[in-house]
Amino acid sequence: MLYREAGQFKATYQEDQQIFPIRQDRVGMAVILAFFFAAVPLIASEYWLQAILIPVLIFSLAAIGLNILTGYAGQLSLGSAAFMAVGAFGAYNFMLRIDGMPFLLAVVLGGLCAAVVGVAFGLPSLRIKGFYLAVATLAAQFFIVWALVKFSWFSNYSSSGVISAQEVNILGFAFDTPILKYLLTLAIVAVLALLAKNLVRSATGRRWMAVRDMDVAAEVIGIRPMRAKLSAFAVSSFYCGVAGALYAYTYLGTVEPEGFNLDLSFKILFMIIIGGVGSMLGSFLGAAFIVLLPIFLNVSMHTMFGDSLPAGLGSNLELIVFGGLIIFFLIVEPHGLARLWALAKDKLRLWPFPH
Amino acid sequence: MKLKQTALIGAAIASMLVSGYAAAQEQFIGLPSYRVGPYGSNGASLYGGWIDYMAMVNARDGGVNGVKLTWEECETEYNNARGVECYERLKNKGPTGNSVFQPLSTGITYSVLEKVAQDKIPMVTIGYGRTDAADGSVFPWVFPMVTTYWSQASAIVNYIGTKAGGMDKLKGKKIGLLYHDSAYGKESHAIMDKLAEKHGFEVQKVAVAHPGNEQQAQWLQIRQQKPDYVILWGWGVMNATALRTAAKTGYSRDKIIGVWWSGSEEDAIPAGDAAKGFVAAGFNVAGANYPVIKDIQTNVYAKNAGNMEDKERVGSVLYNRGVVHGIITVEAIRTAQEKFGKGKPMTGEQMRWGFEHLDLDGKRLAALGAAGFMPDLKISCRDHEGAGKVKFQQWDGSKWKVVTDWIEADKPLVRGMIEESAAAYAKEKGITPRDCSKEM
Repeated sequence: MLYREAGQFKATYQEDQQIFPIRQDRVGMAVILAFFFAAVPLIASEYWLQAILIPVLIFSLAAIGLNILTGYAGQLSLGSAAFMAVGAFGAYNFMLRIDGMPFLLAVVLGGLCAAVVGVAFGLPSLRIKGFYLAVATLAAQFFIVWALVKFSWFSNYSSSGVISAQEVNILGFAFDTPILKYLLTLAIVAVLALLAKNLVRSATGRRWMAVRDMDVAAEVIGIRPMRAKLSAFAVSSFYCGVAGALYAYTYLGTVEPEGFNLDLSFKILFMIIIGGVGSMLGSFLGAAFIVLLPIFLNVSMHTMFGDSLPAGLGSNLELIVFGGLIIFFLIVEPHGLARLWALAKDKLRLWPFPH
Repeated sequence: MKLKQTALIGAAIASMLVSGYAAAQEQFIGLPSYRVGPYGSNGASLYGGWIDYMAMVNARDGGVNGVKLTWEECETEYNNARGVECYERLKNKGPTGNSVFQPLSTGITYSVLEKVAQDKIPMVTIGYGRTDAADGSVFPWVFPMVTTYWSQASAIVNYIGTKAGGMDKLKGKKIGLLYHDSAYGKESHAIMDKLAEKHGFEVQKVAVAHPGNEQQAQWLQIRQQKPDYVILWGWGVMNATALRTAAKTGYSRDKIIGVWWSGSEEDAIPAGDAAKGFVAAGFNVAGANYPVIKDIQTNVYAKNAGNMEDKERVGSVLYNRGVVHGIITVEAIRTAQEKFGKGKPMTGEQMRWGFEHLDLDGKRLAALGAAGFMPDLKISCRDHEGAGKVKFQQWDGSKWKVVTDWIEADKPLVRGMIEESAAAYAKEKGITPRDCSKEM
């Protein structure tokens, strides 16, 4: 009932091809965007903006990046955090070394650096597949972090290899409060997410999916696997790179190469597995799940038990519950949280009169 | 029934208000602790010691001039993003907000370095963090107290000098530097190069990748190069592995000198016999025989209220380091109260003043029961480090034994490097340094 598209006729090609073909989706998307752009800055506290919403948005962007590569093009990668590092250090160096560099351009250039590096490390994907490719991208993870520590040029010769982000200033307007940083992050993430959504339903996206489903068949029907795979690596790394630049500029302010370690790569991989491989919505849900659940567990442990529970036991319990919930979700819904939403949509179509 | 419920709710609200009123005389300290993850056992000892000290002050003295200390832990897992979340969560708790932020992680320190100045919360990083923040004119809100990495490196070289029979004997010697390949390990490079140039010895840097549980290649390299001494700049599992591998390749352990993050029971015990003779620096010493630790035992553990699950670890190096954190925090509260009003909770700005005017001389330390436990400490606007001295302890197979008195760093050299680096940061960030002669 709620989700019935009956009566919504498409009279032109344009209407048929639009990004959200069902009116309910369009309205829902507009409401969600309006809520996050207009209502959240009014109601959210500094803690929510700085510690919850900004990281969720940034990790969503990184998860979209990995989802493009793994979910749509079928290439497993364990180097997402390293590509984030390239984006962060790239943007930092463009801001540092070029006078009057606009911030947004620096972010884009940082993303492009990540794309170039991503293509370089994507080259083995032409020969190796699956888990073996994961090992090759693992090399990217270690090599990039090592290079950023080893060559102190990247961190402007800071004695500990740490960079500290410059002030974010767009057209003379300083983005220095949590609300402004949140809005900036949200705007960039919203635009890039829409672009990604469009990209995966374009000819490029279809090529990726063809390669993912069966690369021999894709080659036979005239898709060049090299171009498809490398473009997926480039776009994916670009997204991760932009996420890394935002991580440095709007979230932490100061980052070290070690912050972008293998753990972070795994985290991003878990986000898309939990959220849903090959789904834009899944990237957001997965990022929210992985970022928020540990915090939620920590807070609820404190409120439930207070001081009666030894602190060490509490911290370990959180990890146990966290791991348990991940396994639970994977058993109940192996296709991720996004699949739950798809099921709900199907149910809502018939509700309240199911067969 | 309804009346009764209303009355109950009313009573509950009233009692909350009353307790809220009583809570006004509380000083809140947010603890971004970690008890799980690769360094969880280190965090448990350190935060345990710190919490026990504060519990002891509450139990023995009723707080600081009547202001009770309250605290809340927030698990960071030694992860930067979680650390930032904890920082934001703890920021506004308690009547005056978080008094001080001490994350015990160099990564988290860097992540909140600029936020603390905006939020006016002092950050104290005792024995870790950003070295050049010791220049308080550029970093008014950051206090890398007691001893920085650079002072430590310099003090270790001085110790090697005395062992070799004078600093002039260092000429032509070879000193190996086995370091954790991370921002933390790299902190040692600039200062060691400078010291090598000054004293004419040669530094042989050998990197160990995180986590460092395989060091065969590194120790073979050391055996080929035959350095006269090896400085072990490690963290976590890397330390015990280094000692075991050194024993296997036949490098004498009494020529290995560890930094303070290499010299705890957690490092020496897993290495077993291989650790015997190993010397490590420390800005606090091990042992439960100091009056301050005894006070904790009688006021906290005797009442079954201690924070450590393993009571054997009370008096260990890291536990005692936690007590040092507690002493410094409590004494800063006391110093601030003397200026801004006794018996009142202090705000972040007042706490900052307290830290900047902290003066723990020998007399004060003796009164606290910590004479010889930690070095004298005097912080000023210009100098946020305060001591720059370490003691050396040797592992005798079952416990740490202090083998030297406080050994000072080459202060003019280290201070020069700190000021140079801080000035570069100020220039990059467009900060005008404070004029310390005008600060009260």
